[in-house]
Amino acid sequence: MNGENLLLLSFILFSLSLLVFLTNRNLLIMLMSLELMLNAANIALVNFAFVRRSAEPAAWLFMLFAVAAAEAGIGLAILLMLARTFKTLRADLINKLRG
Amino acid sequence: MLNDFCPYIKWIMIFPFAGFLVNLFFGKKLSEKVSGSLASAAILLSFGCSLLCFRALLGLPEGTPALKETLYVWFAAGTLNIPVGFRFDNLSAVMALVVTGVSFLIHVYSMGYMRGDRDLKRFFASLNLFVFFMLILVLADNPVLMFVGWEGVGLCSCLLIGFWYENMDNARAGKKAFITNRVGDAAFLTGLVLLISFLNLAGVPGLDFDSLKANIGSLAGYSVKGLPLLTVISVLFFIGATGKSAQFPLYIWLPDAMAGPTPVSALIHAATMVTAGVYMVSRLFFMFEISPYALEVILYTCAFTALFSAVIATLQSDIKKILAYSTISQIGYMFMGAGAGMYAGGFFHLTTHAFFKALLFLAAGSVIHAMGGEQNIFKMGGLKGKIKYTFLLTLAGWITISGIPPFSAFYSKDLIIEEIYGSGHFWVWLSAVATAGLTAYYMTRLFKITFLGTPKTDAHAREAPPVMLVPMAVLAALSLAAGAFTGWFINFSGGEVTDARLPFLVKEAPLAAGLAGIALGFWLTKENLAAYLEKVFKPLHKLIYNKFYVDEIYEALVIAPLKVLSESFFFKFIDRTLIDEGMVDGTSRSFYFAGEFLRKAQNGNVQLYALFFAFGLLAVLAYILAAAL
Repeated sequence: MNGENLLLLSFILFSLSLLVFLTNRNLLIMLMSLELMLNAANIALVNFAFVRRSAEPAAWLFMLFAVAAAEAGIGLAILLMLARTFKTLRADLINKLRG
Repeated sequence: MLNDFCPYIKWIMIFPFAGFLVNLFFGKKLSEKVSGSLASAAILLSFGCSLLCFRALLGLPEGTPALKETLYVWFAAGTLNIPVGFRFDNLSAVMALVVTGVSFLIHVYSMGYMRGDRDLKRFFASLNLFVFFMLILVLADNPVLMFVGWEGVGLCSCLLIGFWYENMDNARAGKKAFITNRVGDAAFLTGLVLLISFLNLAGVPGLDFDSLKANIGSLAGYSVKGLPLLTVISVLFFIGATGKSAQFPLYIWLPDAMAGPTPVSALIHAATMVTAGVYMVSRLFFMFEISPYALEVILYTCAFTALFSAVIATLQSDIKKILAYSTISQIGYMFMGAGAGMYAGGFFHLTTHAFFKALLFLAAGSVIHAMGGEQNIFKMGGLKGKIKYTFLLTLAGWITISGIPPFSAFYSKDLIIEEIYGSGHFWVWLSAVATAGLTAYYMTRLFKITFLGTPKTDAHAREAPPVMLVPMAVLAALSLAAGAFTGWFINFSGGEVTDARLPFLVKEAPLAAGLAGIALGFWLTKENLAAYLEKVFKPLHKLIYNKFYVDEIYEALVIAPLKVLSESFFFKFIDRTLIDEGMVDGTSRSFYFAGEFLRKAQNGNVQLYALFFAFGLLAVLAYILAAAL
């Protein structure tokens, strides 16, 4: 396993999740793809930890885990409230903020 | 030059200013008597300080021309350094004594004249402030500080003309005085800036009067737009003087200024402020003297003004307006004295005029008081027996101004007229003699119609209280006796009495003109003769009666076009269209339209936002990559 491959994996994962985020209308799926994007970033950090033989990227990695967990918690709570209010989780139907 | 410092000079100015502050801030708590006494006492103290300085001045060793006191540096920028410095020399000594002395008398008179006015404290506060600024003007040791006083007295003049501001006419007269003065002041300021910048160019930036006098010659070589620089500066200064001293063509505010209370007319618009221009020309005479044409400009302008306003005065019916035109005419004499090359003569006339014209105004105030506010001389008459003391005092003023020897105006006026003859301007001399005749005529007319003849009303005229009569008596004594000091005065203020042997006719011409004027004044004002003459010379009478329509000409040539310009261009275009509609409304409207356009981007679709976000991300990525490669 070398650095190049890990970086490529990170890139592919990020692109796919972005694609899912942009194409899927279900907010729950969109949230999941967000988490995947964060994971893609994590993989990139793992790569840097390998390549640079340094603990610093690994430290950032754990910080990112924590952020992702917190974000998932808040995100799910918001989704719950949205679902309760609008009786749906489809992003295109929740457009009350149109200018 | 070690002994020229004098610590009393500042006190001359501090007392009136203190009086102003007390009357302004604590006036409400003071009774009428206390307020007036306080204001008068402030001026009396100031007069005392002037006397102290005067004694110190006389005790100076030969060759030390002035007492000086510099308080602090007002501002300094580069080579320009303007200290708040004062100078007490022969000229400013005379002025300071006249200003504080006459002011004191008029303050006392005002205590009687203004009794019961509900704004009495404001009156005394303004009057004190006026004296303060007048003293700054007089005592300043550089033209910039002089300009401060110059503007200050203009402000006080405006405040006091419009003192009874509830009446729109009074407020308008104050405004007219102020705006007309601004025209002159603009010229004065331009001259000042020219003077300062060229002095700097010549490498002699000192602005106090001693350095100016020493260095003014170094400006002789310069010129502006083909005209000699000194002439330009002198003429600009003189235009400033025509504004303040009510000379043609900027005299129009003075007759209207009579809307103010009579003591104000006596103090500001006869004795002191309007002579500031003469003082300024005398002060800077060393510059006018070496400027080609400047003295001629002064001489001819003021000879014309003197004759012109004397002619107008012959047919006015408002007692104060007659005196106002007379003041314009007499100030013309003072300027002519300077224009003929002897400012000391003009200066002497300034002093005697301060006495006799203040006296005449105060007497007129007393008459107006007695008549219950009536100012039309044709509604008076026969006041001789009713107000005996005022009659006698006016008599003194009348014979003085008419130029009867041995009273003061005879000497001061004759000196000027002889000097004009000596300077070789025959026609100016002739017009000055004619003006002397006219002066005697209109004063006789005023005197006869007001005091002699039959009473027009049987209203009970009440004599003025002693508080008004005593100041008038002092002024009368001064007017009658000041002539005795002619020789001393002229030497003191920097001239010399030339004992030129003039032809008998030339020597006696002003006196003859005066006597003829008095005789005509008694003869032509007989009612049937006056009516007959009015019928025969109807167009001429109408022209003079309407003051040669000068106000109407100004209205048509200056004020009306200015109003149209202000209304259509400055108000409608600049203010309303450009600023209100363009800048103010335009700003808000542009935000409104921008919002109207940009709100379309906010469609509420989260994924569209995300798409833009992704594109942004790509763009940043592309930028970084491009930079890296």
